[in-house]
Amino acid sequence: MPTNETAPLVEMRNISIAFGGIKAVDGVSVDLRPGEVVGLLGHNGAGKSTLIKILSGAYKPDAGEIYVNGEHADISTPRDAKRYGIETIYQTLALADNIDAAGNIFLGREVLTSYGTLDDATMESETRKVMARLNPHFRRFKEPVKALSGGQRQSVAIARAIYFNARVLIMDEPTAALGPAETQQVADLVLQLKKEGIGIFLISHDIHDVFGLADRVSVMKNGKLVGSANVQDVTQDEVLGMIILGKCPPGATPGPGAS
Amino acid sequence: MTAPVASTAPPPSAASGSLLSKLEIDVRMLGMLAALAVIWIGFDILSGGVFLTPRNLWNLSVQTASVAIMATGMVLVIVTRNIDLSVGAILGVVGMIIGVAQVQWLPAYLGLEHWLTAPLAVLIALVVGGSIGLFQGWLIAYLGIPSFIVTLGGLLVWRGAAWWVTTGQTIAPMDTRFKAFGGGVEGALGATATWVIAAIACGGIIVALGLARRRRLSFGFPVRPGWADAVIAAVACIAVLGAAAIANSYPLPAGTARRWAEANGIVWPEGGLFIPHGVALPVLIAVVVGLAMTFIATRRRFGRYVFAIGGNPEAAELSGINTRWTLMKVFGLMGLLCGISACISTARLNAATNAAGTLDELYVIASAVIGGTSLAGGIGTIAGAMLGALVMQSLQSGMVLLGVDTPLQNIVVGAVLVLAVWVDSLYRRRIK
Repeated sequence: MPTNETAPLVEMRNISIAFGGIKAVDGVSVDLRPGEVVGLLGHNGAGKSTLIKILSGAYKPDAGEIYVNGEHADISTPRDAKRYGIETIYQTLALADNIDAAGNIFLGREVLTSYGTLDDATMESETRKVMARLNPHFRRFKEPVKALSGGQRQSVAIARAIYFNARVLIMDEPTAALGPAETQQVADLVLQLKKEGIGIFLISHDIHDVFGLADRVSVMKNGKLVGSANVQDVTQDEVLGMIILGKCPPGATPGPGAS
Repeated sequence: MTAPVASTAPPPSAASGSLLSKLEIDVRMLGMLAALAVIWIGFDILSGGVFLTPRNLWNLSVQTASVAIMATGMVLVIVTRNIDLSVGAILGVVGMIIGVAQVQWLPAYLGLEHWLTAPLAVLIALVVGGSIGLFQGWLIAYLGIPSFIVTLGGLLVWRGAAWWVTTGQTIAPMDTRFKAFGGGVEGALGATATWVIAAIACGGIIVALGLARRRRLSFGFPVRPGWADAVIAAVACIAVLGAAAIANSYPLPAGTARRWAEANGIVWPEGGLFIPHGVALPVLIAVVVGLAMTFIATRRRFGRYVFAIGGNPEAAELSGINTRWTLMKVFGLMGLLCGISACISTARLNAATNAAGTLDELYVIASAVIGGTSLAGGIGTIAGAMLGALVMQSLQSGMVLLGVDTPLQNIVVGAVLVLAVWVDSLYRRRIK
């Protein structure tokens, strides 16, 4: 897709947001191309999750702009973000525990019958299809997601993000609560979605995870961008140096937060 | 998505499991019905067979209607992790307004006993109740004031407003047609109408079960065994027809029956006439409200959002749900239901007093909680809350029949509320 060389799928330019005088995100710019996985790295409190919540519409930035396919995008609610094909898997999963898998996957985007009532049968049927692909052993369609295991809950959250033809997927610590087998499943899924041309922001504090999956990394520290780099151009130790010391190695493009 | 999608696995057979799981019956609801049966039979024995008579059961149903209607709305309020302490006061002020409306305002234009008086009074009740609810909902959802505070303030404000309407004067009597909303002789629908309604209800139950089954089968989902659906349909229809039979075996008092016979040109026979009450209008309204609220809570997008907000407010927000508007509508609906209950209790009393509905907020909340609504939010059913209202009213009526003093009645009801919630929490912990 040659045209994408000029217009990234998503571009966030000079994003800033402050909470009570503290700049959680300060002039950060990141971008994402189709079929690309960009790892967002940084300590707890570096501003990764906040930056990503701006893209998913949960927070409104104080300054900065978002471009989708090169065009200025106005994202002020989660619904706006979804309209641009930006889907998010939150660290907390953001599931309503008292509702079943289908109810959660279609939450806010319910399928209705011609009488305007909830079409639970269609939603359950679609849920069975998408879950058969993500987690073939999943059987507990009628139970509230509270009753599910961590991995099953994770697959419900992932199903919700990919069911609606996402073009940009944000995964906030997707493997934090998972065992090794399930972590591998998520990794396989990331590679498959990448092949389909979906752009993925992968947020993690686990540098090994990110190096295995990402094409590029962007590192944040104290709300500022330390720098961005292709994973081939930097070593894991250098990236650790970016995370911990804010030191930008020669292989990376320095950002405003580089010391 | 272009990835290959595996075909749906064949539905697992529902052959395993106990009888109850095959019937997919809510065990909790069954427990409540058992508790109700114990209360009813206990009072019947203690009162020497007075409790389980058509007359007492008919009165019980009419007495339950007002609180049961408000309890259906309270379920949604509590499910969203909120509370409404103002429902009794809203009932009071709405009752006063419609009382004055049909005794002073409307007769000034329409004359006394005009046929439009009752419908207009009901309309005013719905508009005023709904507006008060929406206003409180706006304060809670958009200004972020805790619902406990807004409705605690509302309890005082609306109770005061109820007094203000007539500076404390009681307004009576109500319009004759309006009195039908209170039940009594005017509000009894009679035998034929009762049987017709019961037949329609039975037909509706069978059709609904059949359609749900066909829909699940068409998607290849697991369904209950056919006999289980048949048992459920049979039990439900027997319950409906039984209730109709009971309502129809409570005759009008001799004096009223005689006046009715004379008015209809029937010669009064020697042994008197057996004219059944049939189901009371307020009870019918309560049942219709219960069905409508169940439909809203389980079949409509709004209901799904209400439960999602209760389960995880942040997740609901991130899903793109307009949580504030949803919350405001929940309180608006609660106010609307208070308006309906105001019509019923004003008509039943045949008077509007500024004390109407005092302490109703506590009975309504208690009904919802006894009916299985979790104060932590996210869990509750409309049917459970209505059953909870019936349990509360059965206890009170039974104690009145036994001549128990009012203070002791309150002690028992309070103790039962705490006991019920404790038993419920034990049950929930066990099924976890």
